Amino acid sequence: MLFYSFFKSLVGKEVVVELKNDLSICGTLHSVDQFLNIKLTDINVTDPEKYPHMLSVKTCFIRGSVVRYVQLPADECDTQLLQDATRKEAAQNKQR
Amino acid sequence: MADDQDQAIPVQTVEEPLDLVRLSLDERIYVKMRTDRELRGRLHAYDQHLNMILGDVEETVTTSEIDEETYEEIFKTTKRTIPMLFVRGDGVILVSPPMRTAT
Repeated sequence: MLFYSFFKSLVGKEVVVELKNDLSICGTLHSVDQFLNIKLTDINVTDPEKYPHMLSVKTCFIRGSVVRYVQLPADECDTQLLQDATRKEAAQNKQR
Repeated sequence: MADDQDQAIPVQTVEEPLDLVRLSLDERIYVKMRTDRELRGRLHAYDQHLNMILGDVEETVTTSEIDEETYEEIFKTTKRTIPMLFVRGDGVILVSPPMRTAT
């Protein structure tokens, strides 16, 4: 549940979601769930050629499995905290 | 002894493949992904699905074109840098320390 918790801490921040079909969508992270499905609000498309005509779409739900990358604001990410949480999660998973 | 108070980090032996990835935390790594992509960045977080968070990432996308006249394959690479990136694990093929030709 590491990344679920991590994304919950980023709710309200601007992210760019790149999908496996090469679409890049910039928006405010509204919510996330255990499958890392993502809801974005106030979206606009970033890369020029790779976007569909979503001019009238303001919010969207993205199935987690179609995400390739999520570009994050670097200053919102506590890397030390991430690394410590990863070590704990890895240890917990090993004990199972 | 006072050391027995906080057992937050248990014994760290390398037993399974994911333990090898753990050794690369906070180090630069190379990630080979599906659709001819490669990433080089600093590993900040990962999980058992190989979802990862990488910092200071350089992505290389390799495409091949066929020359119509000579029918030879021309490989082109496109690179970009991203300061902080979440990578979904189902696109990852392999993770390794960066391969450098430096001595």
